[in-house]
Amino acid sequence: MKQKYLPLTATILIFVLSYALCAAQYPNILSTRVIGNLLTDNAFLGIAAVGMTFVILSGGIDLSIGAVIAFAGVFLAVVLEHGSMHPLVAFALLLTITTLFGALMGAIIHYLEMPAFIVTLAGMFLARGMAFVLSIDSVPIKHPFYGTLKSLYYKLPGGGRITLIGGLMLLVFAIGILIAHRTRFGTNIYALGGGTATAKLMGVPVAATTVRIYALSGLLAGLSGIVFSLYTSAGYSLAAVGVELDAITAVVIGGTLLTGGSGFVAGTLVGILIQGLIQTYITFDGTLSSWWTKILIGLLLFAFILLQKGIIHLSRPERQRA
Amino acid sequence: MQTNSDNILSAVRIEKGFPGTKALDKVDLHLRRGEVHALLGENGAGKSTLIKCLTGAYRRDGGSILLDGAEVDPRDTFEAQRLGIGTVYQEVNLLPNLTVAENLYLGRQPRRFGMVDTRSMNRKARELLAEYELDIDVTRDLASYSVAIQQVVAIARAVDLSGKVLILDEPTASLDAHEVEMLFRIVRRLKKRGLGIIFITHFLEQVYAISDRITVLRNGQLVGTREARELDRRELIALMIGRELATEIQSVHPDAVEGETRYTFRNYGRRGKIDPFDLDVRAGEVVGMAGLLGSGRTETAEILFGAHRADSGTAKVDGRTVDLSSPRAAIRQKFGFCPEDRKTAGIVGDLSVRENIVLALQARRGWTRPIPRVEQNRLADLYIRALDIRTADREKPIKLLSGGNQQKAILARWLATEPDLLILDEPTRGIDVGAHAEIIRLIESLREKGMSLIVISSEIEELVAYSTRVVVLRDHAHVAELNGAQLTAHRIVEAIAATNGRKAS
Amino acid sequence: MMPIMRNYAGRLLPQCIALVIIVIAISIVFPGFLNLQIQNGRLYGSLIDILNRGAPVVLLAIGMTVVIATKGIDLSVGAVMAICGAVAASLITSGHSLAETLLATLAIGILCGIWNGVLVAFLDIQPIIATLVLMVAGRGIAQLITEGTILTFNEPGLIFIGSGSFIGLPMPIVIWLVFGLLVAVLVRRTALGMLIEAIGINRQASTLSGVLTPVLLVAAYVLSGLCAAIAGIIAAADIRGADANNAGLWLELDAILAVVVGGTSLLGGRFSIAASVLGAIIIQAINTGILLSGFPPEFNLIIKAAIIIFILVLQSPRFRTAFSFLSIPGAAGKPTEREAK
Repeated sequence: MKQKYLPLTATILIFVLSYALCAAQYPNILSTRVIGNLLTDNAFLGIAAVGMTFVILSGGIDLSIGAVIAFAGVFLAVVLEHGSMHPLVAFALLLTITTLFGALMGAIIHYLEMPAFIVTLAGMFLARGMAFVLSIDSVPIKHPFYGTLKSLYYKLPGGGRITLIGGLMLLVFAIGILIAHRTRFGTNIYALGGGTATAKLMGVPVAATTVRIYALSGLLAGLSGIVFSLYTSAGYSLAAVGVELDAITAVVIGGTLLTGGSGFVAGTLVGILIQGLIQTYITFDGTLSSWWTKILIGLLLFAFILLQKGIIHLSRPERQRA
Repeated sequence: MQTNSDNILSAVRIEKGFPGTKALDKVDLHLRRGEVHALLGENGAGKSTLIKCLTGAYRRDGGSILLDGAEVDPRDTFEAQRLGIGTVYQEVNLLPNLTVAENLYLGRQPRRFGMVDTRSMNRKARELLAEYELDIDVTRDLASYSVAIQQVVAIARAVDLSGKVLILDEPTASLDAHEVEMLFRIVRRLKKRGLGIIFITHFLEQVYAISDRITVLRNGQLVGTREARELDRRELIALMIGRELATEIQSVHPDAVEGETRYTFRNYGRRGKIDPFDLDVRAGEVVGMAGLLGSGRTETAEILFGAHRADSGTAKVDGRTVDLSSPRAAIRQKFGFCPEDRKTAGIVGDLSVRENIVLALQARRGWTRPIPRVEQNRLADLYIRALDIRTADREKPIKLLSGGNQQKAILARWLATEPDLLILDEPTRGIDVGAHAEIIRLIESLREKGMSLIVISSEIEELVAYSTRVVVLRDHAHVAELNGAQLTAHRIVEAIAATNGRKAS
Repeated sequence: MMPIMRNYAGRLLPQCIALVIIVIAISIVFPGFLNLQIQNGRLYGSLIDILNRGAPVVLLAIGMTVVIATKGIDLSVGAVMAICGAVAASLITSGHSLAETLLATLAIGILCGIWNGVLVAFLDIQPIIATLVLMVAGRGIAQLITEGTILTFNEPGLIFIGSGSFIGLPMPIVIWLVFGLLVAVLVRRTALGMLIEAIGINRQASTLSGVLTPVLLVAAYVLSGLCAAIAGIIAAADIRGADANNAGLWLELDAILAVVVGGTSLLGGRFSIAASVLGAIIIQAINTGILLSGFPPEFNLIIKAAIIIFILVLQSPRFRTAFSFLSIPGAAGKPTEREAK
């Protein structure tokens, strides 16, 4: 097997094994209802994580997505409460804002040669600050269109539902996979992760690609914000704190190298599902406390970092001798 | 200067200066269609500057470039590529994490309905590589192939993209004889297709094996362009190093010093790096290490200094078995080591000249016993004066100094520890002529003071000048040792070449 | 000695100017700002409040400075604060003596540092990833210790650390002052500072020069863990309880910011602990200032973001080359002047 599929295979294996273990204990976990909920509950995280996957594949990081999600929620709530704007128009407006916001961060990172970590940290403060400025309180969204959107679902055999947002996440992943593997932009992202200097020598438009990567991440964070506001029917500036961390974790557990250049969008989906499964299991169990989620995810993260380190180590002699 | 229609590329009176030096002084280069043109010269002669001017990596200060008779002015390597000038470097400039096919077609992948048509891209990649007698799985990551294959992929990409001029910048440095032969077959084929190929190498055998004409540069100036078959090797070397110097070097020849053997390495080696070797070093002698890049020279130095741990053999200093498992352990035995890559392994760029000079001494004393500032200043001033390090003051960040002065500061770092054995890897690479001569004088004076030195250099004439013995390396092994009357540039080159021939057959 | 002193003054000049401007700005909007009073032998006033409230970030910034100087980063300090607060609270409530509690808590902080340091130095894992593990798992571990509740305590000795005073100053200020001085003296009176800078600038060259790189790297993360432990104790003592959910939440970002504001480059190398401490105080002064001057606190983050962007733009290599004629010689330029090439 090709080495680059190893982490992905490990992720899938872990997911299948842990799913089987969970199912052995609680057969209910196999029901389509649980699966449907797994998708719905993690939809916003999954969508944001697709953007994060691209950013990380290119060798960067985006700390701003949690704040952008919160901003999106508050923005929609405030706009829909005070204005007569149709939600779809508000959605379009919001996505434009967050995309431009991401593009701006990308431009700063590229043109001012600043580390992505600190630029997106500033972006995180800025986005959450804007959310605060719009409203400090949690603002409910009561627009009838939201009710319509929330009532849309595809019924699975066995009573499970793929809700609109759950389906949307799957669609975003599908498009993400297409972008990663079937577009020049996708290859350019991998190229940046492989080495910016070399990529530039080979004619990759580094500036445009960097800006577009962060713009895409901003777009998806905005979309994730819409999904989150549909999910919670409210906008709250303190919401979605630390989502960037969950997204990064999902990306790494999904087998993507945090240093960039290697990984798969599909792996991130599995990473999201593993996190969701742990949460579901803890809910099912009832006696286990919620903090085990964090500890378990931390351990998984550690295991994956070691696994990737091991793979790199193994592949090194081959690279050197040549 | 007349340009002739046979010339696919003409560089006329190219000038390029850097602060303080004239890197290229009105250099001409005419490349014919369907010829392999060797560009030769010692380190610092201006070869790579000329190439960088041709490929747009540098902006030239003067002169013109004619491609197919039309004047061109590439602003960057990418534009040069589009115009028709492709370059393949020694360290392959491709992306190891992309597949072979993606590397070949990056930025111009075939598309269907807006999506990259992977299948057709892979098919085209296979067809393209078939022209180069390469039948490999193009869907695998580039990193899973050897440097030789990566090199061919890089050539295929460059030719496919550019198709007029191919510049090969030391492509054979890390290839073995078999791989070199494969590469040459490809070059000959491209030549038949009418490409102009510029070939840069240190290996004279390879020059004669493949080149039609040879252009020699020295100190940024054009020495001449000759037909390869009319220029014999002796003449070529004379052109490269200058006649005066060539005769002078014959006369300077340090007699073997009868110091005591202080360092004894037996069966010393590390798998994958350097085959076990025996080496003795006496007090007051310079042992030269000659060999091609990748022959195991640097690996020998690194293993002696503990940068890599030896996995076989013993090391003795004055008859005692010693542990050399880390640089710290080696430093405890009073070893010093100036690495080949000054930027990444030598200087600590943002620290001042003073701090760079005291670094090794301070590290040996341990962090709890800081060297008093007064003493630091004294040491720094002492070596700045003794080695003539040109710096405004000792507090200047070392990265702002020129290469030669950086090298001297690194030497000072080790001299400050008062070493008994100093290992120098390419101490004169990439530094200006004046500093070059000073470092050579320094090596000689250290030897006279009774220090033992191991010096690695690609410049064979230079090795002959200051070494008492020269060890020749090849294929990760020590293959010959020359001393006394045998110690001539000719013999060294022969020793490298002889092993070359034997291995190839 | 004099030129050295002048160097220090020049190094800290931009931060000092920034702090003075902020303090003046606040005192214009809020006239009572500069007032100091003594009640019950303890100083009170907004200025003291800033220094007091800023204690955790100042402490974290001290450790973070050294880690960043090695070209690393420690994302786990907030989580380690939570762990240590939880450990302190649970030990003291289970009847251990104050000394035992403090020692054990500091030991836990050191242990966390060793974990991070070993991952970075010996397993050669990128610092941002290595410390992410503890950042993710740490808060869970803290919650495990407190069993999800806010573990309160009444032990006067421990509470004294949070709200007591010593020679007129609140204890947190005394602690960070003393600790900061100790660390500064430790790194600058020994060769540690230079060796750490050498590692941060060029790890390979340092190792080849005989610097004991792995050990020093681990030491940097241990210092950071220790700082987080002290900050955790102070934070817990301040609220008389350990809140595993919120203690130290996002403070790692504030600490990193403080270091950046202090002019130490994220790319490692030259560092100044005093400048980072000033950076942390600047951040706290902005927070307090916005609060006092009647600005809605919701602007706090935006202003913070604006300040980071401003400082980063000033430090960016591109900007520097374009506007090099503007740079103050010896001051702002020196610590961060660096070309990654």
